[in-house]
Amino acid sequence: MPWSARQFLCFMFLCCCAAFVAHAQTPTPEMPPMPLEMELRLKKLETELRCLVCQNQTLAESPAGLAGDLRREIRLLADQNKSNEEIKEHLRARYGDFVLYRPVVDGKNYLLWFGPFALLIGGAILLWVMSRRRAASAKLLPTVPVDADVLARGNALLKGE
Amino acid sequence: MLRTWRYFLPLSIFFGLLWFLYTGLSLNPREIPSALLNKPTPNFELAQLHAPEKKLGNADLKGQVWLLNVWGSWCVSCRYEHPFLNELAKEQLLPIIGLNWKDKPEDARAWLAKFGNPYKISVSDLDGRTAIDFGVYGAPETYIIDAAGTIRFKYTGPIDANVLREKILPVIRELKKS
Repeated sequence: MPWSARQFLCFMFLCCCAAFVAHAQTPTPEMPPMPLEMELRLKKLETELRCLVCQNQTLAESPAGLAGDLRREIRLLADQNKSNEEIKEHLRARYGDFVLYRPVVDGKNYLLWFGPFALLIGGAILLWVMSRRRAASAKLLPTVPVDADVLARGNALLKGE
Repeated sequence: MLRTWRYFLPLSIFFGLLWFLYTGLSLNPREIPSALLNKPTPNFELAQLHAPEKKLGNADLKGQVWLLNVWGSWCVSCRYEHPFLNELAKEQLLPIIGLNWKDKPEDARAWLAKFGNPYKISVSDLDGRTAIDFGVYGAPETYIIDAAGTIRFKYTGPIDANVLREKILPVIRELKKS
């Protein structure tokens, strides 16, 4: 028997529930209390770090359990008077460059950063060289002597006579 | 001769680009290369799941090749991989240590009682900080650590017969030889 729309929707709903169950970890333990100033600083820092679970969200936005744990980790580190850079380095040592929401520029990815500009400049040079060559070869075309008769006939044709 | 070469150049560039795009598409974006590969194991000392008054740390495991498996009773994929871990445990090649990630210990113990316990010892990472030190971002994850305490292999996602045969067992054999 084929499913009714209602049954199908129920099934989809249960599937979604199952997907959530997969992440039903114990909740993130309580965070240390923060002075407002530090809280604001860390909130900003969270927007510069990536949630490893929902990869296109920052730590500040993500509802994932791991994001909560990482927000807590950041607070625990800040509580030990670690600077923003030190905190970033701490997470980078564990999760790699990927955890930084703003990608770094280093030896490994120079090609990615500057490759397109190199291609653009290369293309422009190629275009320039080719157009110069074409102009030079156009100059070299032999000029054919034209008969006065033929010229007159041509002009007449152009005028539509 | 020069002419034909000129015609084929754009075509070969096109195929090169096609190859790049194709490999880009076939990569798995979930597979983040581990920053800890070939680095020392992060320090930890956690309560044992079946004997919470006793602790186990990375220092206790030095001098042997061992496997760390990150799991939780809440983790559906862990249940999928579990029979394969049980298989591996039967072979008694190396101690399998469980990192019970953000789980209720009583749930974890019940889960192991029900599905079998491949772990020599499981430790409870209640607040998830040890998992963060290992760069864990989703259970299950599997690490193989050599006798010197260096992480030599990481696998993200559930192990199955194929992964076991093609990836895990060769690494274990290689590390046990040296």
